[in-house]
Amino acid sequence: MGGYLLRRLLYAIPILLGVNILTFSLFFVVNTPDDMARMQLGVKRVTPEAIEQWKREREYDRPLLLNTQAEGAARLTDTIFFKHSLSLFSFDFGRSESDGRDIAHEIRKRMVPSLSVAVPVFVVGLAFYVSFALMLVFFRGTSIDTSGVVLCVAAMSISGMFYIIGGQYLVGKLWHWTPISGFGQGPDAWRFLLLPILVALVSSLGEDSRLFRSFFLEEIHKDYVRTARAKGLGESRILFHHVLRNALIPILTGAVVVIPRLFLGSLILESFFGIPGLGSYTIDAINSQDFAVVRTMVFLGSLLYIVGLILTDLSYTLVDPRVRLQ
Amino acid sequence: MRMLHAVLVVPLLAFVAGCGDPWNNPYPRGQASENVLYAGFNERPKHLDPVQSYSSNEITFTAQIYTPPLQYHYLERPHTLIPFAAEAVPVGVALDAQGNALPPDAPQAQAAFTVYDIRIRRGLKYQPHPAFALKQTGEQRYVGLTEKDVEDIHALGDFPETGSREVTAEDFAYQIKRLAHPRLHSPILGLMADYIVGLKELAKSLREQNEAMVKAGHKDDWIDLRAARLDGVEVIDRYTLRIRLRGSYPQFVYWLAMPFFAPIPYEADRFYSQAVLAPRNISLDTYPVGSGPYMLTRNDPNRQMVLERNPNYFGERYPESGEPADRAAGLLRDAGKPLPFIEKVIYSLEKESIPYWNKFLQGYFDASGISSDAFDQAVRTSGSGDVALTDEMIERGITLKTAVAPSTFYMGFNMLDTVIGGSSDRTRKLRQAIAIAVDYEEYIAIFANGRGIAAQGPLPPGIFGYREGQPGMNPVVYDWVDGVPKRKPLSEAKRLLAEAGYPGGADEKTGSPLVLYLDATARGPDDKARLDWLRKQFAKLNVDLVVRSTDYNRFQEKIRKGNAQVFYWGWNADYPDPENFLFLLHGPQSKVKAQGENAANYADAEYDRLFEEMKNMANGPRRQEIIDRMTRIVQRDVPWLWGMHPKEYSLAHGWVHNRKPNQIAHNLLKYQRIDPVARAGRRQAWNSPSPWPAAGVAAACVALVFPAVALYRRRERRSARWDLGRG
Repeated sequence: MGGYLLRRLLYAIPILLGVNILTFSLFFVVNTPDDMARMQLGVKRVTPEAIEQWKREREYDRPLLLNTQAEGAARLTDTIFFKHSLSLFSFDFGRSESDGRDIAHEIRKRMVPSLSVAVPVFVVGLAFYVSFALMLVFFRGTSIDTSGVVLCVAAMSISGMFYIIGGQYLVGKLWHWTPISGFGQGPDAWRFLLLPILVALVSSLGEDSRLFRSFFLEEIHKDYVRTARAKGLGESRILFHHVLRNALIPILTGAVVVIPRLFLGSLILESFFGIPGLGSYTIDAINSQDFAVVRTMVFLGSLLYIVGLILTDLSYTLVDPRVRLQ
Repeated sequence: MRMLHAVLVVPLLAFVAGCGDPWNNPYPRGQASENVLYAGFNERPKHLDPVQSYSSNEITFTAQIYTPPLQYHYLERPHTLIPFAAEAVPVGVALDAQGNALPPDAPQAQAAFTVYDIRIRRGLKYQPHPAFALKQTGEQRYVGLTEKDVEDIHALGDFPETGSREVTAEDFAYQIKRLAHPRLHSPILGLMADYIVGLKELAKSLREQNEAMVKAGHKDDWIDLRAARLDGVEVIDRYTLRIRLRGSYPQFVYWLAMPFFAPIPYEADRFYSQAVLAPRNISLDTYPVGSGPYMLTRNDPNRQMVLERNPNYFGERYPESGEPADRAAGLLRDAGKPLPFIEKVIYSLEKESIPYWNKFLQGYFDASGISSDAFDQAVRTSGSGDVALTDEMIERGITLKTAVAPSTFYMGFNMLDTVIGGSSDRTRKLRQAIAIAVDYEEYIAIFANGRGIAAQGPLPPGIFGYREGQPGMNPVVYDWVDGVPKRKPLSEAKRLLAEAGYPGGADEKTGSPLVLYLDATARGPDDKARLDWLRKQFAKLNVDLVVRSTDYNRFQEKIRKGNAQVFYWGWNADYPDPENFLFLLHGPQSKVKAQGENAANYADAEYDRLFEEMKNMANGPRRQEIIDRMTRIVQRDVPWLWGMHPKEYSLAHGWVHNRKPNQIAHNLLKYQRIDPVARAGRRQAWNSPSPWPAAGVAAACVALVFPAVALYRRRERRSARWDLGRG
């Protein structure tokens, strides 16, 4: 297993480098260093000298990927890509170009609010959707199953924005149960988290429950289930003990891979509920052409995705003894 | 079981403990009756350093913290400059090239230099700040900090000691030198370097000094500006500053009312330059140092910014005079009382308008604008066009204030374009025809809910030179009918179009239809509706308007290079002087030729001559006459479709007092007063939780669970044959 992990980690290096180059290229196809300077310096009374000075200070006055004016290794090292993107591999994220704030400090600060919403949504959601899907399978072919599936399809058809605005309207505005938006710390935090967590759970109910239901239905027709029934096991024991265990691999494939990325948060949810997390950090950075933040967030996103995939592989060995990582 | 207990009981206890406060209160419990104002912000401020800050979302904070020499009178209109940190509004003394004072009635153009002597108010003190904390030796306590010294420091408030000192003329001089600081990129350096004697040279020498420091590996070291030479700024004594300008620039006094010219103590500059503070986000951009009515005590732009009353504020008092209607409106009830009234202001980040609006209605924000979504809920418009609050708002005691902003949103024609631009009779008539056809009254009614007035020229109301009524009407587009301007009929536009060589919208020589191109940065469905409407306006003349949507960067580039044909643009006033709008059409400030602010690249010799004459004049009949002539020239030439001046609607709860719209001044917080007891009562009444939905949800669960349980039991009792058959 050690060899397998080492190999996967080594594979990650060219992947991350590729993602880095792709992000860099896409960003600079849309934005030139001059555009970045103008965005940061403002639109009123900006002089060409100020733009040049801004670029010079931040080393954006160099060629993008290849410096044909330089000699030797400097042809590659005296470029914007080398000066700005490769430092990510040493986890040196630098400072935001729009407000000069330390990016690592910001990430550490914003990570907690994002996790405060994402972790309960993930844990409670997984447990609830699995239970709900098992219940539908238990009552398969009855009006309860049909109603559940209709509910799931209806829930899937509604925009996520509707749940947010509707949730805020009903729970916060009409019933006055929780604050409409905001974020608290310490013992007061749960009052603010209740509504976004509830909204996130309801908005994913249809999609995830239907998916899990189909996994369980696939298992329920297999021979081992028939055998269990023939042996006289109760339906609930068959479902929760046998079917659930055998259906775990496809569930884990989707679930474990997102665990490391939970801290990246949710863009729309955080924006509407005023949660100061990482979800809106990237989109704000794109809007303000803050390449330092964009490249950091994309780098972290891809790194965590790779970690998630490795964790998924590891989890297979836990739920299915036949799986060996070599 | 213990876990379950914690999960269920702790929140329940918290609910019960806090039952005195509504459950949906987003603020700490018990704070409702404190003298705290609640406001929001939707975009994190980037710069709070007065040398860089130039955005509206930043000045919301900086205007309350810093004390520039001058400020605007809160109540009087037109906007009047009054002293703030200065003892009096300085009067420029014109000098000839030899430095001799010119007689007061000498033409401004004769002035080689203008000198302003600014006398600083005595006893003005900075807010408590660690930069002023001193050792027993008199040296700064927190200078030379190491990583170990700051390992427990995460915000400015973590420094245990603070101090303060009196503001002196030296601090104003220090800040003016900071405009030239090579690491700070002041947006007004280019402008001020043209006027303040020696500023350009200082910028050059500081740039060289900085480059030498970078080469030596000291790129973050402090540059002590006290020793830097700036010929145009002289500290005469502890309380007197002399600023020497090149030529004449009467608008300079308006700049003295902006934070760019607020005092900055060298101690703060030195304190913040320490490398160990930067990774903790402690800088002048995040924790400003001022001597104004408020100080920033919390800067978490992801969540909350908190201003608290500066205990060292000098004791300014509420104005005792205003406009005639102000007394009746209760705006002089607090006349003569010391400022500020509010102890603390909490700004919460609220990016979306819907939650902000709902929280305003619940009493959790004290004031609000009106978004398009909420317009019908808040305001009703009578048949005569008058606006009034809806019954729901009146019942809540909400008040409405409206004011036309000193801004203009126009549609520009690129005057360098061969089809639509230029000064020929043909292209002028084409532009005039379009100006008649594009019905801005309709635009304002549809897309701005009536919140705006159709512009007649470049000047908005409230700016000297703007004329009301028939004298101010644009005669190219309107006729004066029954006491109001009435847009000329479409037939007139078609006649002009035919005279321009496009009868029926087609080129009379080639017969091909006229196609014009609008460059825009359309993003969402709202923009699409606007552009569709605009196409229809052009289609009235059978002119095909093609929209070229692009991203903001490419759009800016097209404007800079003169590659756009028709475009949307706008301008917000920096200061209430006509020069600040009329320069947008001044030929030498063309965007393409000089990277100036004249985005239409309009040039007319007579207009430019009149502008040069007008810009240095004091307000008076002669200046008005020149502005009238300039306005007539541009109305005739139509470099812009004059567009609209937006009207701002502002709502506030009844417990907020002393609110008067003021689009020029920003340091308005100190004048406002709130009644926190009334607010606490209304919040309680408006936000009592409804228990019935909980009962409904519980009943629905029971109703669902019972048949499910029954079915479950039945299933469990069934024989395997049934299951095998179905499975």
